[in-house]
Amino acid sequence: MATGSDARLPVKAESKALSFYYGALHALKGISLVIPERHATALIGPSGCGKTTYLRCLNRMHDLYAGNRYEGEVFLYPEGVNIVAPSVDPIEIRMRVGMVFQKPNPFPKSIYENVAYGLRIRQSVRRTELDEAVERALRDAALWTEVKDRLHEPAWALSGGQQQRLCIARALATGPELLLFDEPTSALDPTATARIEELVTDLKQRVTIVIVTHNMQQAARISDFTAFMYEGKLVEFDRTEIIYTNPSNKLTEAYVTGRFG
Amino acid sequence: MHLENDIDKSTSIGVVKGPIQRRKWTDLVFAAGGLVTMVLALAVLLALLGQLVMDGIGRLSWQFLTSYPSRFPTQAGILSAWIGTVIVMILTALAAVPLGIGAAIYLEEYARHNWVTDLIEINIANLAGVPSIVYGLMALGLFVYQFHLGHSFLTAGLTLGMLILPMVIIATREAIRSVPSQIREASYALGATKWQTVRDHVVPYSMGGTLTGLILALSRAVGETAPLITVGALSFIAFLPHPPWQSTFPFFSLQWMFDPFTVMPIQMFNWVSRPQEEFHLNAAAAGIILMLMTLVMNALAISIRARFRARIHW
Repeated sequence: MATGSDARLPVKAESKALSFYYGALHALKGISLVIPERHATALIGPSGCGKTTYLRCLNRMHDLYAGNRYEGEVFLYPEGVNIVAPSVDPIEIRMRVGMVFQKPNPFPKSIYENVAYGLRIRQSVRRTELDEAVERALRDAALWTEVKDRLHEPAWALSGGQQQRLCIARALATGPELLLFDEPTSALDPTATARIEELVTDLKQRVTIVIVTHNMQQAARISDFTAFMYEGKLVEFDRTEIIYTNPSNKLTEAYVTGRFG
Repeated sequence: MHLENDIDKSTSIGVVKGPIQRRKWTDLVFAAGGLVTMVLALAVLLALLGQLVMDGIGRLSWQFLTSYPSRFPTQAGILSAWIGTVIVMILTALAAVPLGIGAAIYLEEYARHNWVTDLIEINIANLAGVPSIVYGLMALGLFVYQFHLGHSFLTAGLTLGMLILPMVIIATREAIRSVPSQIREASYALGATKWQTVRDHVVPYSMGGTLTGLILALSRAVGETAPLITVGALSFIAFLPHPPWQSTFPFFSLQWMFDPFTVMPIQMFNWVSRPQEEFHLNAAAAGIILMLMTLVMNALAISIRARFRARIHW
């Protein structure tokens, strides 16, 4: 569905006829979608359309709960390995694909320990390297100047927006190739939301981003590509400006113009 | 105008009369009834405590804490009993904590939820209600006769450890369940394994609940008498257990674990069952000390809970 000029964009991930089941509930119905590298792809659609379910397939989050089942394929490039194959270790996938959640969920540890955690569980790192990595991640998440003097204070003392940027820093610290955002601003005020959006816009130069959002203006502001989902199916996928100005599907048009959803 | 909801003071505006008055009366009667029952319960408790303190306070002295039992009531003390209680409590905690935390982690984080785990869950709750003498009989057969651990501190600690194990498991499971799933997901999303998530997050964040549950369980176990008599507590011990160190390699000794033991409630029981009035006063004095021990443990539990609450915020 993507236009001709986009065909040359390098691809970071691609799902082919991906179906997903919560037990007997058929939540995703054959989603085929290309995620271009170093761009932000937004997943939009009404509640229950499967956008979060799709996002959580990309880092095998569903494996944490019993009774879930994938069908079809999701290829992660450059290797082109099918990451939803049962033989692929979900831990390896999660080490390459980071995630930021709907509600800021810092660990009840210090700011420093939150950012360092991803590195600590990978291997024993020397203190100086760890310090550098933590600083780099906090700078990348535009949080460094606010917290550099209180790195060892508890993370829960930060404001909601700062906590969410801390969670972004925590995800960035391990250098993910793909970063998943699950409605990252739905629990934040407008100012904090603006800062996160700005941050996502910056980050997409370096890392591939997939973002689920309820907020259509947000998708329009920060994403390059938009996928509109409805009832577990992909309705339309294209460049964001085309989705919003000239969608080819009636349902997409009705949703982006606010007539339902 | 009344800002508070004072049922007897507010003035009626006089539109609806009779039924309101009657309902407010019922309200008052119930409140009064509640107050009476509360005062009654407190009075009984205070009377018991008062009696104990009045009887025992005269015998409380440094000498009482540092003397062995004796056939002369005024020379008798609780040295071997309170040291015994401390040692047994330590061994009880050492036995119950690893087993309790391990079982709770397995049930909450690893086990599939099916009818087998449901059955196990129900039976853990049931075990918490099994009479302590039954644990004594089990321990006598298992630890004394089967494992030949003797009538020792080790047997006593293991026995009480089994006794409080269900409570520790239940408290730990509650604490583990209170760790939000978003925190677990945050850890997994970074690529952590299950063990790393459990070790770095689930266990540390639930430690407050575990320790609180443990100490409350211990403060119940500290007064247990029946199971310890069953496994062979002595009621007259005029010596201390072996020290945990020695002058030769390896410089520590576990001999103390196998020494014969007594604990505070058994010493009290022994004194109460004597005919002389003076021994009864000794029992009351030991009772005061035992209650102080329980109070200290409860205070510890409260302070641990407060400390963890201040440190852990989701």
